[in-house]
Amino acid sequence: MLQKTPEQINEDLLRPLGTTSITYRLVLILLFIVVAAGGYAFGSQIYNGIGLAGIQRPVFWAFYITNFVFWIGLSHAGTLISAILRLCNATWRRPVTRCAEVITVFALSIGASFPVIHLGRPWLAFWLFPYPSERGIWPNIRSPLLWDFFAINTYLIGSVTFLLLPMIPDFALVRDRAVSNIRKKIYSVLALGWSGTPKQWHRLETAMHIMAIAVIPVAVSVHSIVSWDFAMAPVPMWHSTIFAPYFVAGAIFSGIAALIIAMAMLRKFLHLEEYLLPIHFENLGKLLLVMSLLWVYFVASERLTTWYGNEPADMAVFWMTQRGGFSPLFWTMVFCNFIVPFPLLAIKKLRTITGCVIASIGVVIGMWLERFLIIVPSLSHKYLAFSWTASAYRPTWTEITITVATFAAMALLYMLFAKFIPIISVWELKAGQHPAATEELARLADGQSRLADRLRTQREAGAD
Amino acid sequence: MATADSIYGLFPTPADAQRAMDSLRDAGVAPARIVVMTAQPFEEYGFMHVKPMRTNMYKIAACGGIIGGALGFWLAWYMQVAYPFPLTTGGMPLVAPWPTGIVTYELTMLSAILTTVITLLVTTGLPSWRKDKIYDPEVSNGMLLIGVIDPAENAREDLEARLQRAGAEKIKGTGRFTR
Repeated sequence: MLQKTPEQINEDLLRPLGTTSITYRLVLILLFIVVAAGGYAFGSQIYNGIGLAGIQRPVFWAFYITNFVFWIGLSHAGTLISAILRLCNATWRRPVTRCAEVITVFALSIGASFPVIHLGRPWLAFWLFPYPSERGIWPNIRSPLLWDFFAINTYLIGSVTFLLLPMIPDFALVRDRAVSNIRKKIYSVLALGWSGTPKQWHRLETAMHIMAIAVIPVAVSVHSIVSWDFAMAPVPMWHSTIFAPYFVAGAIFSGIAALIIAMAMLRKFLHLEEYLLPIHFENLGKLLLVMSLLWVYFVASERLTTWYGNEPADMAVFWMTQRGGFSPLFWTMVFCNFIVPFPLLAIKKLRTITGCVIASIGVVIGMWLERFLIIVPSLSHKYLAFSWTASAYRPTWTEITITVATFAAMALLYMLFAKFIPIISVWELKAGQHPAATEELARLADGQSRLADRLRTQREAGAD
Repeated sequence: MATADSIYGLFPTPADAQRAMDSLRDAGVAPARIVVMTAQPFEEYGFMHVKPMRTNMYKIAACGGIIGGALGFWLAWYMQVAYPFPLTTGGMPLVAPWPTGIVTYELTMLSAILTTVITLLVTTGLPSWRKDKIYDPEVSNGMLLIGVIDPAENAREDLEARLQRAGAEKIKGTGRFTR
């Protein structure tokens, strides 16, 4: 990033809060209509019953639970990545962290709503809460679904506070620059009376450090527990020890992809080209490449172990996905998660912003398919022959509408957030311009230019 | 409520702010009466450390975690034995260790996180919407505020001169020092 004065940074990053284009309003309305359609579909499902969804014996978990796992996985984009980069003191993280943390909060909220949507009687969702019903019966703590309740709520509360704490100084900034009285009052309340004393800064940074340490194991536990929803059940190809790390890796994989897409959109539509630089996409692209390779490794390990085990029930599901009815989805998943991203991210020339975005779109699609392929084929071919049917599940319009609506809801919430709160942490960005930080950036830039010189020399030597 | 009495300067760079701080210390101003406000943390500069910055936040968070963990363990244990008629089934223990461990772990982390947030708010005195605080919105524009709270009336000229010499772009006062 070019060295900018604090005024320029304020001007650039607070601009989206003050202006609202026609395009923005139109997109907002469009997204709202899609979300409303999803709300209508959910409403009619409540009114008419869960029969409006395509789930039927033996496939009782399908689109909704796929979405649950997908969105919880996507939520790993933010808090986890941001916490790791904070602890590593990676200076390039500064423009990225808030974009990422926002994804976590919204994706986790959407993900957590799916078990409720999936319930035939959502008004009884409180039965999962750890309190005794009128007959004195407590929920069964041996059920991984109850572990989900604790893990997801812990992660949600942790992520919300991890997002909110560094926003306090930025609220104060918006408060000080607000023109209208109402705006000034709202941001004054949100800023909590922040004034920027050394004590406040010191305590905030210490708190963020502790939060970063605490939130990483929580993030890992959340997706491990989501994987145990499956792995604790004696269902073919679910009852596996590899599931927890496999799910965590997949979650980080899809999370990074979502972050790249979100950053590219912000860069384009909020004109943040001077802040979200190609180097940010390149670094995230490298992380995505590593996760793509890790994903292939996990898929290969899981498949190879199953194949060697040659258990009839497992092999039936195995072949359904390899060359049976689900194979088009399986190979599309492999194509999206590996064949597309690998060359785009491994070849430096292709690792551009466009390349990273194409790879990320592929990964998001591929990871959704992966979640679907984990759930539906196994449930449609369990141990007893009476339940064997390849066509037990077909998604209905209700499920499809609700699924599309959640994607629209994510975009809508993200756009609204970026409209009212600086999507890049202003104070962290300014702090990145200190001599200590700029020295490190200079060192990185120097290293890159020396590498470029060496490559140029080698090329010239080769040409000679 | 009237704003506290103070004289402060607004400095464009941290080097200027550091000079002002050194000058105020040379003049014998006690650290407790020096006020500093910035729009970003300048950890590497001395003016941010005029008062001791030690904190027990890590230990408090750990204690919070331990208390939350103990409560989590109790909740998990109680949920398993609180059935109207607890039964041992299939030779399995009534209180299953793995699920108990998971709930204990999650509540340990949750409690550590919440304790951290509460400690932050308590130790920084937030939220505080009092109108009598010394503050200048120029800080948000990148200015660094260095000043003295409740200075002696006869020290006004000397303090203003020192802030001016250090490179203050503006010198302002609050309370009885309002200019």
